Amino acid sequence: MSSYKLPIIIFAVLVLLLGIGLNIDPRKVPSPFIDKPAPAFSLPKFEQPDQMISNADFKGKPWMLNVFASWCVTCLQEHPQITQLAQHITLVGLNKEDKTHEARRWLYQHGNPYHTIVVDADGKASIDWGVYAVPETFIIDKKGVVRYKRIGAVTPEDMADTILPLIEKLKAEQG
Amino acid sequence: MRKIVLAGLMMLLVLPAYAGIEVHTFSSPEKEERYKDLINELRCLVCQNQNLSASDAPLAKQLREQAFTMVEKDASDDEIIDFMVTRYGDFVLYKPPLKPSTYALWIGPFILLFGGMIVLHRIIRRNRAVKATINEADYAKARKLLENEDNKA
Repeated sequence: MSSYKLPIIIFAVLVLLLGIGLNIDPRKVPSPFIDKPAPAFSLPKFEQPDQMISNADFKGKPWMLNVFASWCVTCLQEHPQITQLAQHITLVGLNKEDKTHEARRWLYQHGNPYHTIVVDADGKASIDWGVYAVPETFIIDKKGVVRYKRIGAVTPEDMADTILPLIEKLKAEQG
Repeated sequence: MRKIVLAGLMMLLVLPAYAGIEVHTFSSPEKEERYKDLINELRCLVCQNQNLSASDAPLAKQLREQAFTMVEKDASDDEIIDFMVTRYGDFVLYKPPLKPSTYALWIGPFILLFGGMIVLHRIIRRNRAVKATINEADYAKARKLLENEDNKA
């Protein structure tokens, strides 16, 4: 009987390891930015390209950066959530590597939820923010520190369970 | 047959030809060498089982461009790797650094090897023990039985 024990134990351990392996999402690249100062950017405003917007413009209040593009299909999935979030926090859109007229049409067609849109035409600022997929969403606190990052579409669950409570918390924090 | 085997073996010798798609003009051959080493070591974030040099993803292209610019500006390898790691985390490295969250990764294989050796050792010892339990009386009995068989034949 005891000769069966060892293989069964080994089998159980393997099953356990496999189970853990299957539940780890390989696309989840942990962001090295959480609890670090947000990367600096200085980008032209979408509607007034001669005007530059930088992190400093948002200091003193929590804000949200949402990377989007007209070519991004998943962005439409999170569009209702993002639109709703705009009522709770200063929402900055970062239009990544897009054509101006296509971005404009997209915003017209689906609605523009953003308070401010900045244009990252060559994708350099996105690299500084460690963006590797669109959409990506960051929440930055009053001191300019990144507190949250979501890769991919923000779901209604993310919003209710994580994002809205975090926004309330950040609003209450001392600046 | 021999030719087929030979052809098969030669195929094994063919290394995957990885090369960045863009043509860069380097100011020195050393820089080109460093650039090539770097993009082979860095991982593409979008297609995760490829390195930067093999990937055709737009992001990989941009990061190659970044590596090229930094190499040309005489940034050290560490500076370039640091640039990538501060933005994308350890994830961009095919060689993860040794730190608490990667201990299992580095030490795990050795633990498995050691465990395997212990199991092997125990199996061998057990088999030896089985042999030793055949005593003289049993041998004699067996011999007797065999002799009887011979007599019958």
